[in-house]
Amino acid sequence: MKHFIINAVLVIVSTFAIHAGLSSVGLLPALASAQGVSIDQLFGIYTWGIAFLFSLIVVVLLYSLVVFRRKKGETGDGVHMEGSSQLEIAWTVLPLIAVLYLASLGAQSLAETRRIDPSAMIVKVIAGQWYWQFQYPELGIGSGDLYLPVGAQVDLQMTSNDVTHSFFVPEFRLKQDILPGRTVDLRITPTVIGHYKVSCAQLCGSNHAYMIANVEVVSQSDFQAWVTKQLATASQNPVLHGQQLVQQFGCPVCHSTDGSKKTGPTWQHLYQSTVTLADGTKVTADEKYLSNSIIDPNLQIVSGYQPNVMPATFGQSLDAGQIQSILAYLESLK
Amino acid sequence: MKKIISLGLVHGLFWEVIGTAFGVGFVVVVRLLMRLPAWKIEPAVVVGALFGALFFLYGVGALDDWLKWAAGEETPELDESSLGWRRYWGVSHDHKVIGIQYLTLALILFTVGGSFALIFRSELAEPGLQFLTTIEYNTLMSLHGIVMIVGILIGVSAFMNYLVPLLIGASDMAFPRLNAFSFWIAVPAGIILLSSMVLGGFDTGWTGYPPLSVRAPLGMQMFFLGVSLSSFSSILSALNLLATVIRLRTKGMTPFRLPIFVWAAIATSIISLTATQLIGLAFQMVMLERLFGMGFFDPVKGGNPVLFEHLFWFYSHPAVYVFVLPGLGIISELLPVFARKPLYGYKWVAMSSLGIALTGFLVWGHHMFAAGMAEYLREPFMYSTLLVAVPTGVKFFSWVATVWKGKISFPTPMLFVLGGIIVFLLGGLSGPPNATVSTDLLLNNTYYIVGHFHDTLFGGYVLPIFAALYYWWPKMTGRQLSEKLGKLQFWLMGPAMVVLTIGMMRIGLLGMRRRVADYDPALGFQPYHLVLTIAGFLVAVSVLVFFINVFLTSKRGERVTGNVWNSRSPEWQVPSPMPIHNYETPFEVVGEPYDYGLPGSRYVKFEGEA
Repeated sequence: MKHFIINAVLVIVSTFAIHAGLSSVGLLPALASAQGVSIDQLFGIYTWGIAFLFSLIVVVLLYSLVVFRRKKGETGDGVHMEGSSQLEIAWTVLPLIAVLYLASLGAQSLAETRRIDPSAMIVKVIAGQWYWQFQYPELGIGSGDLYLPVGAQVDLQMTSNDVTHSFFVPEFRLKQDILPGRTVDLRITPTVIGHYKVSCAQLCGSNHAYMIANVEVVSQSDFQAWVTKQLATASQNPVLHGQQLVQQFGCPVCHSTDGSKKTGPTWQHLYQSTVTLADGTKVTADEKYLSNSIIDPNLQIVSGYQPNVMPATFGQSLDAGQIQSILAYLESLK
Repeated sequence: MKKIISLGLVHGLFWEVIGTAFGVGFVVVVRLLMRLPAWKIEPAVVVGALFGALFFLYGVGALDDWLKWAAGEETPELDESSLGWRRYWGVSHDHKVIGIQYLTLALILFTVGGSFALIFRSELAEPGLQFLTTIEYNTLMSLHGIVMIVGILIGVSAFMNYLVPLLIGASDMAFPRLNAFSFWIAVPAGIILLSSMVLGGFDTGWTGYPPLSVRAPLGMQMFFLGVSLSSFSSILSALNLLATVIRLRTKGMTPFRLPIFVWAAIATSIISLTATQLIGLAFQMVMLERLFGMGFFDPVKGGNPVLFEHLFWFYSHPAVYVFVLPGLGIISELLPVFARKPLYGYKWVAMSSLGIALTGFLVWGHHMFAAGMAEYLREPFMYSTLLVAVPTGVKFFSWVATVWKGKISFPTPMLFVLGGIIVFLLGGLSGPPNATVSTDLLLNNTYYIVGHFHDTLFGGYVLPIFAALYYWWPKMTGRQLSEKLGKLQFWLMGPAMVVLTIGMMRIGLLGMRRRVADYDPALGFQPYHLVLTIAGFLVAVSVLVFFINVFLTSKRGERVTGNVWNSRSPEWQVPSPMPIHNYETPFEVVGEPYDYGLPGSRYVKFEGEA
């Protein structure tokens, strides 16, 4: 009986000590989304559960190792105890009830993160090797950084241009893989103004580590100001707009503007130059050729380069005006 | 020199080269007949590697008896006694030799896979890229994963092969030739797997998700082929083991008098026998997608990349239990010996192994909570996953009750057992936050997962395997490993593993992504990564201490033949090392396996004994 009381006291002390220790170091990053509130609460429950179960096993184990160790000169065996069905049933049934309860808490927490606000702003997220691109179809703008107004739910409609990627902002808590050929939803309500980063969390090839974009959570009025500025750039200065677009779409990963050879042909001095194709014919890089190459990149492959490398999806993601802006930008590199 | 050339392994390697050349030529001829350009590297290399593996099996002699039977010839039993050390380097039908062959191959793979980890761990000590390119980093990281996994599976086979016939009083496994075949197919599989390094590497991780794996360099195919071939090893050795346990138990060895490790081996083999096909299938489908443009997982052709993840994890989650159940069996087997008490709740511990194995089949979806699988699947998988905690809890509680009021001593094997319990507990307790969907959405694909599964594997596999090595080494070799070096190894390895894994979980919770070659210094993780790198090297040093121990004691170690640990188990009642067909006098089971502390009780009685 004495052993049991000492162990019970030690387990309780250890549980509180471990919980205090874990809580004081700051286990989680700052919280910046409404969806994360219930997740952090669940983590709070886990901190208690882990502190208790760790103490229960380790305290009793260490206690036994010290108190029931073989002392010098001792021979013979321990007490012959084969087991107790009541005890075994107890430590099967009690954990069973505990995990079922935990699962129900998990289900509630999941439901919290899935709450839908019908007025949520839609942002189309396009992921590719290795870039992020964000389009605001209701506002008619696009960006390489994700700007979000604070306090409003946003419906991220995400798709991939090539392989599987994953949207991950630790401060928002949620993560969602992004698949090619499909659109998946993720709803987030940012709650704290600030600067964050979205990074790809699903291994997507050699530059996976660098697939990072800025996330700016701003006040409603700052968001409006940003939208106005983006709209103005698009209409007033097509060259600048085109440059923004190619940055957003990650084109410079494969196309240089300084004449150096990358995965795709350089853009320097490309406009109106003569291009030799893989089948030997020569064409002039006029506006028709260039816009065809954007929309259907496998139609005319430049000699020395591989087909099926450039995504064939830009025809869908760019409208005619945007393509005109890109052509204006290419012309400026003449 | 002549002695070396006559080794089965050397023959096998020679034939593997011939087979590879034959396969390459075969592809060229087929392509010419089809009026295609003669040379295309990918099909040539894949078919070459496949034929290389088949020719290896022929060259090493793993097919000899079957070919002779097919030709109607008699096959006398191999006389292996005159071969001495050379019997370990060619086909042997003795389960103990095969066990040690498996063990050697596993230790080689661990050394290789562990070295990969040290290389990329050094790269991670500082942000920025110091000496690796991103593709080199990804290749090493991916190979670390798969080489360790194949090594673990081979190590599992090592212990099941060596121990189970001894523990149940059988003279060998049920199918000795199949047993040799299962081992030898793992050798070319390992070679093919590692050859991916010189064929462009691959950047997908060991999970090989398409579409990325469809675009990856040629090394990807060698990964898929190597794993597919080694899956034959798992399936066939599981089949063999189940047949052995069902058919070859000695008199009186009823199911609930089996040594507890045998229960773990049964549970493990049920999983290996029935789930391994799925990873082979998934990988072969990507191979076909690459070779013939079949669109199984390509959305443009109507395929679905999430399907691959289902097929992959249907094996790869239960596989985790293949890794840890034998280790947990070793813990349950050794704990009573050193606590001098019966294993508490034997039947419950035995059934918990089966419970973990069977529940393990229903939980694969928890790897895919963020994958974009059907929304309604997430909650059922959450419930089923959390259920695994119940049988696992039974094991922990029973272990603690086993040491309670024992007479505990602490030789090296016991230290590794206790270390295993505590580290596996860390792995177990860090599990449920990955099981509830919403918390997992933060943890998925972060270092938290990396820390969690390294704890389960360190505690559920590595530490128990070292316990088993120290415990059964005298049985295998007739010499004892140094206790002093063994304790040094333990006190280096155990704490280093805890620091390594807790550190990983710490930065993972803060948002450190896994599988990245570089990280933003602004995140402030650099000091942690430095500590993790140092801890990783300490683990490596502790393994080095083990190899030094083996080397030093192989010539000068204390000769021991008796019951070193005062165990009740049958293999310790006869002198070490064991003769070729195990027990010269058969025994029968007359009592409970773990009745320590019950005066006058005995587990086994040898024929002719009073």
